[in-house]
Amino acid sequence: MLDADFFRRWLTAATAAVDREAARLTELDSPIGDADHGSNLQRGFVAVSAVLEKESPATPGGVLTLAGRQLISTVGGASGPLYGTLLRRTGKALGDAPEVSEAELAAALRTGVDAVMTLGGAAPGDKTMIDALVPAVDALGTSFDAAATAAEQGALATTPMQARKGRASYLGERSIGHQDPGATSSALLIGALAEAARDE
Amino acid sequence: MSDPANVGSGQEKLVGIVLVSHSRAVAESVAELAKALAGGGAVVPLAPAGGTEGGGLGTSAELICGAARSVDRGAGIALLADLGSAVLTVKALLAEGDELPDGARLVDAPFVEGAVAAVVTASAGADLDAVEAAAVEAYTYRKV
Repeated sequence: MLDADFFRRWLTAATAAVDREAARLTELDSPIGDADHGSNLQRGFVAVSAVLEKESPATPGGVLTLAGRQLISTVGGASGPLYGTLLRRTGKALGDAPEVSEAELAAALRTGVDAVMTLGGAAPGDKTMIDALVPAVDALGTSFDAAATAAEQGALATTPMQARKGRASYLGERSIGHQDPGATSSALLIGALAEAARDE
Repeated sequence: MSDPANVGSGQEKLVGIVLVSHSRAVAESVAELAKALAGGGAVVPLAPAGGTEGGGLGTSAELICGAARSVDRGAGIALLADLGSAVLTVKALLAEGDELPDGARLVDAPFVEGAVAAVVTASAGADLDAVEAAAVEAYTYRKV
């Protein structure tokens, strides 16, 4: 079973991963975006770690809803409301339970991913974070490591895609050949989840 | 006054309007333009929420919530937004349920023309539905 501490470790690992990869995320965001993805997420996740330390929610749902709310408030770019909605909806789906099973997390995360698709209007194949998140949630039934691998492969698979959502979509065919920064950061988030699970 | 049910004397509460942009200068300029074009009507509660809190490009949930609270007179609030992150942030805040005042609504309208239409309509004392309709209608003004 996964408790609040597990979810705090997940987000701490995500903060470290975003911090480590911020320059690469911004670099990926330069040719097809506005070159702020790394610094925006870095600001958001640093704020998430700070608020979790300060308020220390007692349930998995509490950790994720607080983190999501903090991302919406602090990121400053489109990834704020998108990642914020992902974590908040996942957290709300987990409810008040003090511990949740891996299957419950997988189901909740699917609710979160669905909410992101509704909010942003993106579908698989549009060259967005959805292309990493959907395969990850599909693989979560197998294992956390399988989800991390699926997310990473999903992010790599965005390279030949033409963007149909967000600023990159204005570039049309010129968006082809670049790995999507949002899918890349989503793979970091799922990778951090697998990392937290390995520490169990 | 084609619809007396929607248009009051200006004595009742006015609809508030928030202009959310990726850029502070854009939000402030559009607010100024809309206010100037509203002319002699009532002074509409209108607030720009552009850029990040530090003044950079981006969207600030704090600025949006603050702006919405500052224009809330109890008659509803029309929020207009320009680019991706502005639209998504407003939508996410509305989905939160408790971040924005009751009666806050994202209006699907072109930013500049919609803002002018919304402010002019609100200054006549129209209700939120009428303000929204006027802003949305701005999409139909073809330029070519």
